[in-house]
Amino acid sequence: MSECTEHSGFRPRIAAFFCNWCTYGGADLAGVNRLKYPADFRVVRLPCTGRMNPEFVLHAFRQGVDGVWVSGCHPGDCHYIAGNMYARRRFTILKELLEYAGLDPGRLHFSWISSAEAEKFQRTAVDVIEAVRALGPVNAANVAAKTMVMELRKVI
Amino acid sequence: MKARAEKIREIAKRLLQEGKVDVVIGYARGASPMREQPFFARTPEEAGQLTWSSFCVGNTAKFLVQAAGAGERAGVVAQGCASRNVVGLIVEKQVARDKVVVIGVPCLGMVDSRKVEARIARSEGRRVESVAEEGEELVVRGRGFEKRLKRKELLRDNCFTCQHRNPVLADEMAAEPTAATGGGDIDTVAAPWEKLPAADRWASFRETFTDCIRCYACRDACPLCYCKTCFVDDAKPQWLGKTQDVTDVASFHLMRAFHCAGRCTDCGACESACPQGIKVRRLTSKIEKDIRSLYSYEAGMGLDAIPPMTTFRADDSDDFIKQGGAQ
Repeated sequence: MSECTEHSGFRPRIAAFFCNWCTYGGADLAGVNRLKYPADFRVVRLPCTGRMNPEFVLHAFRQGVDGVWVSGCHPGDCHYIAGNMYARRRFTILKELLEYAGLDPGRLHFSWISSAEAEKFQRTAVDVIEAVRALGPVNAANVAAKTMVMELRKVI
Repeated sequence: MKARAEKIREIAKRLLQEGKVDVVIGYARGASPMREQPFFARTPEEAGQLTWSSFCVGNTAKFLVQAAGAGERAGVVAQGCASRNVVGLIVEKQVARDKVVVIGVPCLGMVDSRKVEARIARSEGRRVESVAEEGEELVVRGRGFEKRLKRKELLRDNCFTCQHRNPVLADEMAAEPTAATGGGDIDTVAAPWEKLPAADRWASFRETFTDCIRCYACRDACPLCYCKTCFVDDAKPQWLGKTQDVTDVASFHLMRAFHCAGRCTDCGACESACPQGIKVRRLTSKIEKDIRSLYSYEAGMGLDAIPPMTTFRADDSDDFIKQGGAQ
């Protein structure tokens, strides 16, 4: 924990997509409670994880992120009754598809975090960041073996 | 095949004469050998041009949406896969059941023209000029050669592993039902990269799609792709670049495959339509397999089936989602 809050070594850039009704509130509560976590992700607020389009994930990778993190409400807690339930199936298929095509599993993360779970938010944030950090910078990879994220990247 | 073609013509003629349909969508002889083309018969006379052979590799369901949009009642010549796509279109409310008459054709599998060309050594400049079908044999003729080939060895990959050769929905039948499957084991063939170590998969993906010229023939041949504006054409925001570099090609194919989730019938029209001979199904078969194994669903098998991506179960697997329970 202390390691990754220090400003040394590789700091990954992570695109985080949070549901407005839970994880976003959870992040807020973590902040209010002064829970420390590394500031290595940029949050995009969604009305619901059901709003999540797989294209967002690919687009984030194209724009140069090292990892993507999607987080929403626990099953059964959706503000819109069942948005996250549909999303769950989509995420399953998407994750399977991307990993099948060669995405490193450590670069794409999903979680369920409610707005009351500040500690869980802190813990998961550290988990996600550590996982992406462990993979190292995208461009430092061996050029002979190009990775999916490396080649998807297209920063204009 | 000849008997099937005759019966199709007979049924189409009758339907048009009786005014039950405005148009019959089927196949007519293509301008070049081994490529039958989609054909719209609007009069009983035109119905005489309909045909059926081992090279009806498109998907007639593709044109139903267009016919429905024009308010036409359409007859559609459909083998197992195409009939499943017709069902899919009805389920997705793109076509009304009472506006479509399915002329079902029990299918013996379609032949991959590339496999034929490989057999007659196209690389040495030999070109197929005509193909005649004699039972289970193809007689391939060209300048200075004639070769007899076995249909069975030349089937398209998806026809080899076909699970439903007989139409699942048919108002008329052009032949007696045939053996239900193509004989191949789909589970061992589908999703070929699953067997590769994770590090090699991207290289395989890259190699497979490296020749893609972004012509969208796969999309245009696909009966699932009826969106008025495709995501590739979206301009605000523009999700996808227009180039042929790896980024854009990969994004296109990944998204296209994703959009087919729970809807793809593995008809192989995309692969047959590809001018570059890209094995598109290496990607789409993965999703088809996932849908089958995760949600026990096969697309287009029933009019009252609920597509898996439009529903959910409380106990759907979410092992990959961080529950964050442990400290």
